[in-house]
Amino acid sequence: MSKEMTGAEMVVEALKDHGVDVLFGYPGGAVLPIYDVLFQQEAVRHILVRHEQGAAHAAEGYARSSGKVGALLVTSGPGATNTVTGLTDALMDSIPLVCITGQVPTHLIGSDAFQECDTVGITRHCTKHNYLVKSIDDLCRVLHEAFYVATNGRPGPVVVDIPKDVQFARGVYAPPHNVQHKTYNPQMDGDTALIREAVRMMASAQKPIFYTGGGVINSGSPASTLLRELVALTGFPITSTLMGLGAYPASGDAWLGMLGMHGTFEANNAMHDCDLMIAVGARFDDRITGRLDAFSPGSKKIHIDIDRSSINKNVKVDLAIVGDCGHVLEAMVRVWRSEAMHAEKQQLGDWWRQIDQWRGRKSLAFRNSDKVIKPQYAVQRLYELTKDKDVYITTEVGQHQMWAAQHFHFDEPNHWMTSGGLGTMGYGLPAAIGAQLAHPGSLVVDIAGEASILMCIQELSTAIQYRLPVKVFILNNEYMGMVRQWQELLHGGRYSHSYSEALPDFVKLAEAFGAKGVRCYDPAGLDAAIKEMLDYDGPVLFDCVVEKSENCFPMIPSGKAHNDMLLADLSDDAGIELGAVIDEKGKMLV
Amino acid sequence: MNAPASPPSPYSASKAQSKIEQHTLSVLADNEPGVLARVVGLFSGRGYNIESLTVAEVVHAEHLSRITIRTSGAPETIDQIRHQLERLVPVRQVTDLSEGGKGLERELAMVKVRGRGENRADALQLADAFRARIVDATTESFIFELTGKPEKIDEFVDLMRPIGLVEVSRTGVAAISRGPQPI
Repeated sequence: MSKEMTGAEMVVEALKDHGVDVLFGYPGGAVLPIYDVLFQQEAVRHILVRHEQGAAHAAEGYARSSGKVGALLVTSGPGATNTVTGLTDALMDSIPLVCITGQVPTHLIGSDAFQECDTVGITRHCTKHNYLVKSIDDLCRVLHEAFYVATNGRPGPVVVDIPKDVQFARGVYAPPHNVQHKTYNPQMDGDTALIREAVRMMASAQKPIFYTGGGVINSGSPASTLLRELVALTGFPITSTLMGLGAYPASGDAWLGMLGMHGTFEANNAMHDCDLMIAVGARFDDRITGRLDAFSPGSKKIHIDIDRSSINKNVKVDLAIVGDCGHVLEAMVRVWRSEAMHAEKQQLGDWWRQIDQWRGRKSLAFRNSDKVIKPQYAVQRLYELTKDKDVYITTEVGQHQMWAAQHFHFDEPNHWMTSGGLGTMGYGLPAAIGAQLAHPGSLVVDIAGEASILMCIQELSTAIQYRLPVKVFILNNEYMGMVRQWQELLHGGRYSHSYSEALPDFVKLAEAFGAKGVRCYDPAGLDAAIKEMLDYDGPVLFDCVVEKSENCFPMIPSGKAHNDMLLADLSDDAGIELGAVIDEKGKMLV
Repeated sequence: MNAPASPPSPYSASKAQSKIEQHTLSVLADNEPGVLARVVGLFSGRGYNIESLTVAEVVHAEHLSRITIRTSGAPETIDQIRHQLERLVPVRQVTDLSEGGKGLERELAMVKVRGRGENRADALQLADAFRARIVDATTESFIFELTGKPEKIDEFVDLMRPIGLVEVSRTGVAAISRGPQPI
């Protein structure tokens, strides 16, 4: 039913029609008409953040934990520019967002008006697509298109920039009905012949491995179910990227752990030695491949991805299937069953025996202490004490993020939210707020570092305002730990500006915001302190004071191959002579 | 002070060095605001080369623009450029007109030459050989209009240089595929 209404009303109407129940935002001059409409309705719940970057990350956390699109509303100028980091983060990690930005009235555009910026120009490179709506006649179509583009194909952020006069103008709104884009129609189904060929290659493989990524999560929960089915049918081992954790359960028999720079010994060695790699919704990122010319040299590679440009971008593959991984996995399961395929049992037996040997190295082991809390131990205890709950984990970026990925185990998709591609410090707390809003009854924990958390700490105020009981578990080593680790490795232990000097008292900080603060130094008291955090019905800042100089292992040093990993040396207090390990070429890498 | 030599990328250094090829891509896209900025931004953002670029609306009723891009790179880079362009939301179709020699390329140039006496006669003779038209003349100058492959225009401009070349304006390449079918 078409209806006449103002542009501002259209925005809110479109949000409702696209199922948006939570909108993250911050008001300002150029979006006042939309805020006026929000004030007069109840279908869309507006969450007032404390900084627009927080709105973008919160929308990401909401989207990733729910599988729905995340929506945010910000004003022109600084409102829009403050979202740029979050939009870029969403672009890198393929998170569907619709970001509505206000703009100065059309007749002032280009005049350097107050709070004017070239929003579409600035966000062109950090969005999947963006629009400046100069006429009320285009607004309805653009709003529907924005949701279509954000969620179809490889998901991503879309900005709709709406000048204030267009928000006031009256026009005709029609609800979305079979929204189709005239040019953007991504291919969902994989080519049947290629899928058959892939299945044939799989059936004759002797050392196969599944390498899965965030695409499986983005495709929706059926993809994870189908992946589990295919792994069970084939009996192949499986590893996953940081972004793909949870698609296959960490408790599953075929699970090798995460791969890549801080991946497990067994996952990386299996990737290096395999004869068939089946990449599903993963993009051969440099954190995964290590040295490209030594990346899995002896394998045939199958790559399933919805984005054609991801194929052969970094690594040349032998068979490429363009399509949504849910659709392709469904076809693979069907073909595998119908042709009664079975993997070479005897050969796979040898492969699994080899993998078990690698597993025996226990690459995630660390030397625990009864004097000081080891960060790995802290994550392990957090996992053990929360595993009976429906727990959603977000992280900031750095060592704590890798320890969380290594020692917290995910059995379900959409329960792990981390900034993988962009590596945005400050992501975790707002993302936790978004996840908590999507799952009000669940436990949401941001595993953080003391440096990262200060980048978006203002959002604690948002958590207080909306009574969101998010827990922030800070592994406080008083260093930007990953920077410190690299300085130890590459720069002769010259810890240039990586010490977190003048830290706040996190307990008092929590109390100042109206949250609860908990501090723990003692390994013996850790469990009780974690329980105290979990038992509190409200936001908690947990200052977990950990070993300062702990390094994150295993690690593939920059410029090295998968089978050239550094492992924690448990027998020698002095640790590994790291400076000698990375060559000049490696030092140039990030 | 010596500027530090830019370090070779360890990633590309490890790749097999492929031959650099020149390709002409034809991009059909919706003529909406910003579409050219998206295309150009893609090239600058990902470090691809643009040697020439032309754009004009070709079907007014459908707001369809045709962008012709001459670019160079290793075959796998050209492939990547094509797929990255296809990923842009307003882009409908990308065709590599250099594949299989199916493309026909033309460029238009206007060349201003100044000179007297013998140089003037030389310029006219060469223009005749290149089938260039005179579109403006004074007692001491000509402006020639010339169409052809970019290489032909390069050649003409080189010949005019000693005679008294003043300036050149070129359109960049327009390209179309041979035969009865559209791209």
